[in-house]
Amino acid sequence: MRPVSYSRVADVATAIGTVTADPGSTFLAGGTNEVDLQRIHVARSRRLVDINDLPLRQIEELPGGGVRIGAVARMSDVAQALPVRRRFPVISQALLLGASPQLRNMASIGGNMMQRTRCGYFRDVAAACNKREPGTGCSALTGVNRGHAVLGTSEHCIATHPADLAVALVALDAVVLTQGPAGHRQILADDFFLLPGDTPDREHAISHGELVVAVEVPPLPMASTSIYLKVRDRESYEFALASAAVAVAIDAGVVTDVRLALGGLATKPWRARQAESVLVGAPATIESFRAAADAELAGAVPHGMNAYKIELGRRTIVRALSTVTGDARMVSDDGNPP
Amino acid sequence: MKSYAETAGAVEVADTAVVRGPNSVVVRLSVNGTFRNILVEPRVSLLDALRDRLDLTGTKKGCNQGACGACTVWVDKRRVLACLTLAITCETREVTTIEGLSDGVDLHPMQSAFVSQDAFQCGYCTPGQIMSAVAFLAEGHAADDDAIREWMSGNICRCAAYPNIRAAIRQVRDEAGTGGPDATG
Repeated sequence: MRPVSYSRVADVATAIGTVTADPGSTFLAGGTNEVDLQRIHVARSRRLVDINDLPLRQIEELPGGGVRIGAVARMSDVAQALPVRRRFPVISQALLLGASPQLRNMASIGGNMMQRTRCGYFRDVAAACNKREPGTGCSALTGVNRGHAVLGTSEHCIATHPADLAVALVALDAVVLTQGPAGHRQILADDFFLLPGDTPDREHAISHGELVVAVEVPPLPMASTSIYLKVRDRESYEFALASAAVAVAIDAGVVTDVRLALGGLATKPWRARQAESVLVGAPATIESFRAAADAELAGAVPHGMNAYKIELGRRTIVRALSTVTGDARMVSDDGNPP
Repeated sequence: MKSYAETAGAVEVADTAVVRGPNSVVVRLSVNGTFRNILVEPRVSLLDALRDRLDLTGTKKGCNQGACGACTVWVDKRRVLACLTLAITCETREVTTIEGLSDGVDLHPMQSAFVSQDAFQCGYCTPGQIMSAVAFLAEGHAADDDAIREWMSGNICRCAAYPNIRAAIRQVRDEAGTGGPDATG
């Protein structure tokens, strides 16, 4: 790691004022991603501003059944918080299926929202990468891209967004509460994450010095039976090849409301709006689920080694929907009807 | 009560925080119940501070990027990775390493169980495994072998001593009774 200086701050105003005033400063929370990136010279801050003492650790149930999660709350604490487990099991599951117990004890919710892609070329300072150094090109387009995205890509970047938690939050229409020099902002989770487009270096809709202070999840009764399905190369401690966060309401066998978001497949936590529009009003059957999955993946673009993700994404959607509607028996392990 | 959107929250842009470093500064750490002052740069990890400044070499450096779990220690009694923790961030926190686990020459029950169950071969991951395992039992997740596998997945054993590691954890769990030990107490 390059030399860095260090400031520990006790209040939000000092944290924001200090980082905003110094372009070389970065917030430091759990450090699980930031320290790693500093060490491999992908991140190059001159100072780390430690925000772990800020009073942003609360996990509160809101009137009406929502939840507000402080930005410095740890993944492990949020995963086991009763209001989260009871009202939004998809959040708890997404957290517990991510990282390792040690990392979950360290990593903060705000940091989780700000985490960077694990694309090997982004992490290799000798490789061309438009996300790390705009204009240098994308090594992944023709490189080792088995883990890369098939949705939301551009000719400049196909890096997969690594999140589990944010996939659940995007499905739930969560709101990211930020504070910056100009004051507070509320940003819908889906808008918080940016597509790579022509500016893959810009990943979040916030500016330097603006601090994520909390995430608010609005009430959603059908989320009490929501689930997070994560498909990966090994059973634990691995990023998703494909994942789905899903909540469904069914009346008389017909889908009346659905929230579906995908991870591991896209350049940002991916709200599956095509699939949702196919599902609403349709019977809750395997045929509907397959049609929804086909609609969502219709626009997928493979880049060689990751072509399998299109079919994997379809099957992940079908299995997640089958599981959450209580008809897990209708699908076999490969996601197909028996 | 004003809604969040109605709260202004504007902040004065001023670099008012106290700056330490980038050169070496005195960092005061509480490790295994003893305060120690060390002279380190802010970029020094807790792992390097423990091993190179405090001569506590029981904590091992494996991947140094948060993937292997060999450097697992406790900060404020929670298991964390010392390689991704900067030492300077641990001031006012309590750090516990494998050296702090035994009571003098009397091994912690988990250490004894690792010996009696032959839960290692080369031993390099063992301090991290034990620090993780004791915290894991205190967390109360050790219902069955599947749970042990899942909640110990952050500690890699290249020798693949996993069956014996699970046996050691089961032994301590069962010796302590159904309520689980106050293992980090």
